[in-house]
Amino acid sequence: MKRKAVIIGGGPAGLAAAVSLKDNGIEDVLILERGSSLGGILTQCIHNGFGLHTFKEELTGPEYAARFIEMAKERNVEALLNTMVVDISHDKVITCMSKDKGIFTIEAESVILAMGCRERPRGALNTPGYRPAGIYSAGTAQRFVNIEGKMPGKEVVILGSGDIGLIMARRMTLEGAKVKAVAEIMPYSGGLKRNIVQCLDDFGIPLKLSTTVVDIKGKDRVESVTLAKVDDKMTPIPGTEEVIPCDTLLLSCGLLPENELSDKMGVKLSPVTGGPIVDESLNTNIPGVFACGNVLHVHDLVDYVSEEATLAGKFAAEYIKEGERPINGPEFKIETGKGVRYTVPVTVHPDRAPELTTVRFRVGNVYKDPEICVYMGDKCVLRRKKQICAPGEMEQVIIKKADLKNLKDGEKIVVCLENVL
Amino acid sequence: MDRYDVLIIGAGVTGSSIARELSRYDLKIAVLEKASDVCEGTSKANSGIVHAGFDAKPGTKKALFNVKGSLMMEELSKELDFPYKRNGSLVLCFSKEDEPKLDELLKRGEQNGVKDIRILSHDEVKELEPNVSDEVVSALYAPTGAIVCPFGLTIAMAENAAVNGAEFFLDHEVTDIQKAEEGFLVKAGGDNFISKLIINAAGVCADMIHNMVCEDKISIVARKGEYCLYDKKVGNTVSCTVFKLPGAYGKGVLVTPTVHGNLLVGPTATDVPDKEDVSTTAEGLSKVAEDGGASLVSLPARSVITSFAGLRAHADQGDFIIGESSVPGFFDAAGIESPGLSAAPAIGVYVAGLIKDRLSAKEKDNFIKTRKGIPNMALATVKERQELIKENPLYGRVVCRCELVTEGEIVDSIKRPLGATTLDGIKRRTRAGMGRCQSGFCSPIAVSILARELGVPLKDITKHGKGSEFVDDHK
Repeated sequence: MKRKAVIIGGGPAGLAAAVSLKDNGIEDVLILERGSSLGGILTQCIHNGFGLHTFKEELTGPEYAARFIEMAKERNVEALLNTMVVDISHDKVITCMSKDKGIFTIEAESVILAMGCRERPRGALNTPGYRPAGIYSAGTAQRFVNIEGKMPGKEVVILGSGDIGLIMARRMTLEGAKVKAVAEIMPYSGGLKRNIVQCLDDFGIPLKLSTTVVDIKGKDRVESVTLAKVDDKMTPIPGTEEVIPCDTLLLSCGLLPENELSDKMGVKLSPVTGGPIVDESLNTNIPGVFACGNVLHVHDLVDYVSEEATLAGKFAAEYIKEGERPINGPEFKIETGKGVRYTVPVTVHPDRAPELTTVRFRVGNVYKDPEICVYMGDKCVLRRKKQICAPGEMEQVIIKKADLKNLKDGEKIVVCLENVL
Repeated sequence: MDRYDVLIIGAGVTGSSIARELSRYDLKIAVLEKASDVCEGTSKANSGIVHAGFDAKPGTKKALFNVKGSLMMEELSKELDFPYKRNGSLVLCFSKEDEPKLDELLKRGEQNGVKDIRILSHDEVKELEPNVSDEVVSALYAPTGAIVCPFGLTIAMAENAAVNGAEFFLDHEVTDIQKAEEGFLVKAGGDNFISKLIINAAGVCADMIHNMVCEDKISIVARKGEYCLYDKKVGNTVSCTVFKLPGAYGKGVLVTPTVHGNLLVGPTATDVPDKEDVSTTAEGLSKVAEDGGASLVSLPARSVITSFAGLRAHADQGDFIIGESSVPGFFDAAGIESPGLSAAPAIGVYVAGLIKDRLSAKEKDNFIKTRKGIPNMALATVKERQELIKENPLYGRVVCRCELVTEGEIVDSIKRPLGATTLDGIKRRTRAGMGRCQSGFCSPIAVSILARELGVPLKDITKHGKGSEFVDDHK
């Protein structure tokens, strides 16, 4: 089977990319989805707060997904559900497996990677203790509560203050559980400020910063966890231990882009984000293979996922219509300066770039009153004051093609924070 | 009350091997296991190594059964369809002064009958294993060293025993043993059993069982070993199993690929008073990283996907305790610490031989020698996958994305003889949940399948038996 555009994953990124491909004149668009429905992880995110940017209203996750599913349907996007992609070759031959079709392959002209991310498991944290029932990643617990209608426990401690953990602190509380504490090893939260307020503060749930789990007790089911303060090297401080009786430990310690397929097909990955290294058109190092959404880098808001995926769809459509374009003109790398952990994209081509290119990034610490700056060569082309920058919130700057065109050979683009210690 | 010829206490690798070998004979056999599944104790948490046999002191039971068991393992893996790979073992020596110890190991190995064993120079080691530390001076190389899936081995032998008529009583903890007129009266899990003979294969609890019956007491110490398991991405860091020169507490921290392609580093060795203490500790895990790291150029610290601890059943006298005890009819297979996994097939044959002779048992003519495992979609070829999905479409529905395990395989693992009744049971039979997300995505699906297939509500599904339930109904 030969197809023009094949999208791996039918979550928010895949759906928006599909809609965009159609809107940009590509008729032949196929989504491959391993789950039994479209919408991805949104289907279990029944809380509100989605869509403020995209639809100017507050939607729940399933509602937000439904809008895009509807748009995809209107445009006759084809989707194969319950279909697992087991391999993609360097030349874009996709091997799939499903209950109904068995093993089959698709030759794609363009591939859009939109597989999303997964949660960091306990093992990756090296948390000592027993391994009883009652330890779940926050997303797993969310599925049990919101999809299966089952309670994973009654007395809960949450390790990590990522957004899903914060959301689950509120969700478990609303369902009658007692959430005793949220422990965060960093001196700041990894989640959005609004989630700290709405999910912890409003329910009187304590957030314990610079604190981690140093022991888990219980042979069959969790009986208690021991929290301890950590020093600035994140080493637990003896004498600060606090035993909290509970039957459940939820983990919300970070999300990892799920790029095993990308890696296998030869897509180059960033050691910082775990996602593909892309240029301004969200193209990976393999021409015609694009990436968007959480598989590219972990986003804070789904609205930005949709925006990014729409762009990926547009560029994929251009690629399909024009074929593999020669790299005309030079390529410049965007370097990360002070305070900036990574940028997406990583490279830009001034000759090819659109009039405006959005560069998204995250900072590595909490910074008060920083100035976000973009340098091209020696010249500062953008300087913006902010009240605060925090690792939990994604930042962005928009760079102009006009500025890019002024870059001279060997000059660098740098995104950095200034006015910070 | 049921009467048996032989009663085996413990369904770990030793008990299961003995049960399988005994099931060749026309005997009524029961296996009593306190856990909810076979392979729930020491057998599930160890290095998964088939030791070549150079470590054990010549003349000991450890040496004898290790070498014999190791020679049997490959054929057994074909008969019973479990993963086994001969990958070779290296013992690294880091100083000139220690080289006599390496020579001693070489001599031991030769005395024990280990084949093709030899000393490699620094350059030869580096050529064989480029990621081994540059500090290495020389190493002992044993090409017959191998790796095995410890769950695969144990479950395969238990299943095969069950198919050949051995009755397994899970959730049956032995609470009392009395001498009866013709043998023994055993209380376990609220039931009574009468048996002519008893075989004690109770792992770390074998002293408790032995001491219920025998005047000459034995003592088994639970010696904890902590491990870290690494992502398959770094599974080829080494190809051999890499040891360092052994110390007083065993063979030290080793670095090995697993038969499934992960990298495994461990174990530590700490004696613990609680025979159920399988908790990991901050000290233990950092020792694993430190000692394991010392064998390599660098250990990929960020690729750990899980850590765990197992308990070795260390007998005071330091050797296996195998054979009839001071009480006639009561047999021990106790103190089976490393190299117990390697030795298990040979221990099974030996103990079964003793029992057969005692009861003058006859070989059955309907013994089923082979066993076919659950299909493995992750390893199957495209053609095999096609055929499997055609035969049963559930083989096309992926449940565990990390290890590519399908609903068909999970259903198989539940429906088999001695099938899985817990999530851990599914995991050890299919690898669902053993991958890099550590069951984050598949556990809700797997517990639903388990509830459906067992016909019980979701709230009754457990991780590893009663008390380890996952979820409750909304109240």
